[in-house]
Amino acid sequence: MTDTPTSSHGTGPFIAAIDQGTTSSRCIIFDRDGRIVAVDQKEHEQIFPKPGWVEHDAAEIWTNVQEVVAGAITKAGQDIAGFTPADVKAIGITNQRETTMLWDKNTGQPVHNALVWQDTRTDALCRELGRNVGQDRFRRQTGLPLASYFAGPKVRWLLDNVDGLRERAERGDILFGTMDSWVIWNLTGGVDGGKHVTDVTNASRTLLMDLKTLQWDPKICDSIGVPMAVLPEIRSSSEVYGTTDVGGLDAVPVASALGDQQAALFGQTCFAVGEAKSTYGTGTFMLMNTGETPVNSYAGLITTVGYRIGDAKPVYALEGSIAVTGALVQWMRDQMGLISTAAEIETLASSVEDNGGAYFVPAFSGLFAPYWRSDARGVIAGLTRYVTKAHIARAVLEATAWQTREIADAMFKDSSTEVTTLKVDGGMTSNNLLMQTLADFLDVPVVRPMVAETTCLGAAYAAGLAIGFWPDTDALRANWKRAAEWTPQMDATERDKEYKQWLKAVQATMGWLDEEES
Amino acid sequence: MPGSIQSLERAAAVLRLLAGGERRLGLSDVASSLGLAKGTTHGILRTLQQEGFVEQEPVSGKYQLGAELLRLGNSYLDVHELRARALVWTDDLARSSGEAAYLGVLHQHGVLIVHHVFRPDDGRQVLEVGAMQPLHSTALGKVLSAFDPVAHNEVAEGELAALTARTVTGSAEFESVLELTRSRGWGSDLEETWDGVASVAAPVYDRRRMPVGAVGVTGAVERLCDADGIRSRLVAAVRDCARAVSRDLGAGRF
Repeated sequence: MTDTPTSSHGTGPFIAAIDQGTTSSRCIIFDRDGRIVAVDQKEHEQIFPKPGWVEHDAAEIWTNVQEVVAGAITKAGQDIAGFTPADVKAIGITNQRETTMLWDKNTGQPVHNALVWQDTRTDALCRELGRNVGQDRFRRQTGLPLASYFAGPKVRWLLDNVDGLRERAERGDILFGTMDSWVIWNLTGGVDGGKHVTDVTNASRTLLMDLKTLQWDPKICDSIGVPMAVLPEIRSSSEVYGTTDVGGLDAVPVASALGDQQAALFGQTCFAVGEAKSTYGTGTFMLMNTGETPVNSYAGLITTVGYRIGDAKPVYALEGSIAVTGALVQWMRDQMGLISTAAEIETLASSVEDNGGAYFVPAFSGLFAPYWRSDARGVIAGLTRYVTKAHIARAVLEATAWQTREIADAMFKDSSTEVTTLKVDGGMTSNNLLMQTLADFLDVPVVRPMVAETTCLGAAYAAGLAIGFWPDTDALRANWKRAAEWTPQMDATERDKEYKQWLKAVQATMGWLDEEES
Repeated sequence: MPGSIQSLERAAAVLRLLAGGERRLGLSDVASSLGLAKGTTHGILRTLQQEGFVEQEPVSGKYQLGAELLRLGNSYLDVHELRARALVWTDDLARSSGEAAYLGVLHQHGVLIVHHVFRPDDGRQVLEVGAMQPLHSTALGKVLSAFDPVAHNEVAEGELAALTARTVTGSAEFESVLELTRSRGWGSDLEETWDGVASVAAPVYDRRRMPVGAVGVTGAVERLCDADGIRSRLVAAVRDCARAVSRDLGAGRF
């Protein structure tokens, strides 16, 4: 044989990334080409104390994080000849955004379960904080509407509802953090000198940070009722915060933190203005790089920090979220029983040429971006006797594509920047018909990268940049490999006609609930 | 005229009985309905149970149709499910081999490409999902023909058209190619479909160890081959990928 057999895995050195997600914590080890070398994952408990309340046990999460780091290192040791933990040169963090916790800095114990981003217990508080101004009271400074997702009001709820907590906080014994802060504090020593920091992307989801100065806004903190003493120091997304000895590592730099969607933007190497990524899971998050100045949204989007590398200028993003995408396919499977696996939606939808005149607007819990109408409910419009379940399946996939188109249009309205290529990731990218429909409806090429784990990859990239493992973002771009590309094939007249029909169907969802119900 | 096999007839009668009317029946119900001795009936039920065609309720001891029977009637694996399962592994195959990866299934006397991952370079490439390839000359097609009896029938009925000077067109010679493919567990195409293009593929199995597709890489013959044929590291990468997808489909370690 003339070939020297090479391992299917790369050779060292490596970068590790921790993804502290909503349902599980994972650790992935990457090589210099951005290929996955080892993965370990552990789920944690979802705690539902009341309808609408969702909590996590932060102590359990920290235990799991330590286990998956150790687990990934063990697996790398088994698969790669000569691997030692010293081959891991840095570790990065990405996390579920907005999930909020407080802990005692002397004992290292959480004072309450973490309040998860989906938790709606602060709905009333957010309305109260809006006073006569409404949900946009802090939008100019923070880029965010007053909504129950964001961390600031969750901190206030904890201080109001855990006995004696406000006094302890004001004495300086209590620390606040989103999951990045909690993980970094523990990784870097915990009660024994742990670093109390957060990064700009996570801080931009608190409703407490000024987007321009990238510092906590004392007035807003006061208005929401969060004492400045509990807040972590805001750092860039890519710098060495400290070192860790967890999981068999020895003084390895902890060198990045990014909220999960921002990490995906980074992992998809959307480093230029106008580059956008869309992650298709249960719901969908689309982010577009808008460059070094924050763009205010008047079209129902959120303004957020995309990333900041060390001392460089921050890069901002517009974000649009769609509540129901993959969830609609699951609904077709679980509630309607029209398919037996999610992938079958494509089989059913492919059995017909078009939607047969049917449109499905899945406004199951109201309309999100760009409408924000809580009085809307789902509609299947355009039904005739001709329509079959296959047409409905097609309408289901088209709903995801049209909703993406509406976000892209809103991004153009706000930023005057057109999305020129859409980079996609997430589970639904295995649906070929959906990807083609996206390209057709947006009239731009849709591309899927070769590494599906863009979230972890983004955190690894940011950590590697911080320690010089990769020289610059150009080197990361060179790692980005196209796995597939779908080009638009739809006739423009047809597209415009269909879009009009879709928008009519969207109108039909609005005002379904009477005012007092919504 | 050859006689039918009595025990199979009886087993069929038992299944028909369980499929109709009251769905759960005790041993004596089955025996009396069919006019059989309890011992004979028990033997039939036990055999059907071992094959998964019948299940016994632990509490009541009554019999009903088994999950395996339902799977038999609904046996075909959705190709989109296959693609979803293969996605991660084929991405990695393309990356590690540096070549374009393809996943194909048998469809209308040919290979239907259900998944395609681009070659990881900056060259312009077009997605070939939905395209058809010939069964008798491509690596994917040879693997399907070698491992899937239905594909074998279809290729045997068709004509082995000469697509290049190297295409194998004689049926005896083609059978020995399939024999080689079966014995080594992978198939190849050395400029037999397109001049200058080679491919290598291996079979993907489902949870019942049925061949449901083939996965492989295709590229310039200069890159894929050395003096001995397909480079051994590419063969290993393709077979690793096929095993990984099969495991994901529940085929178990092999």
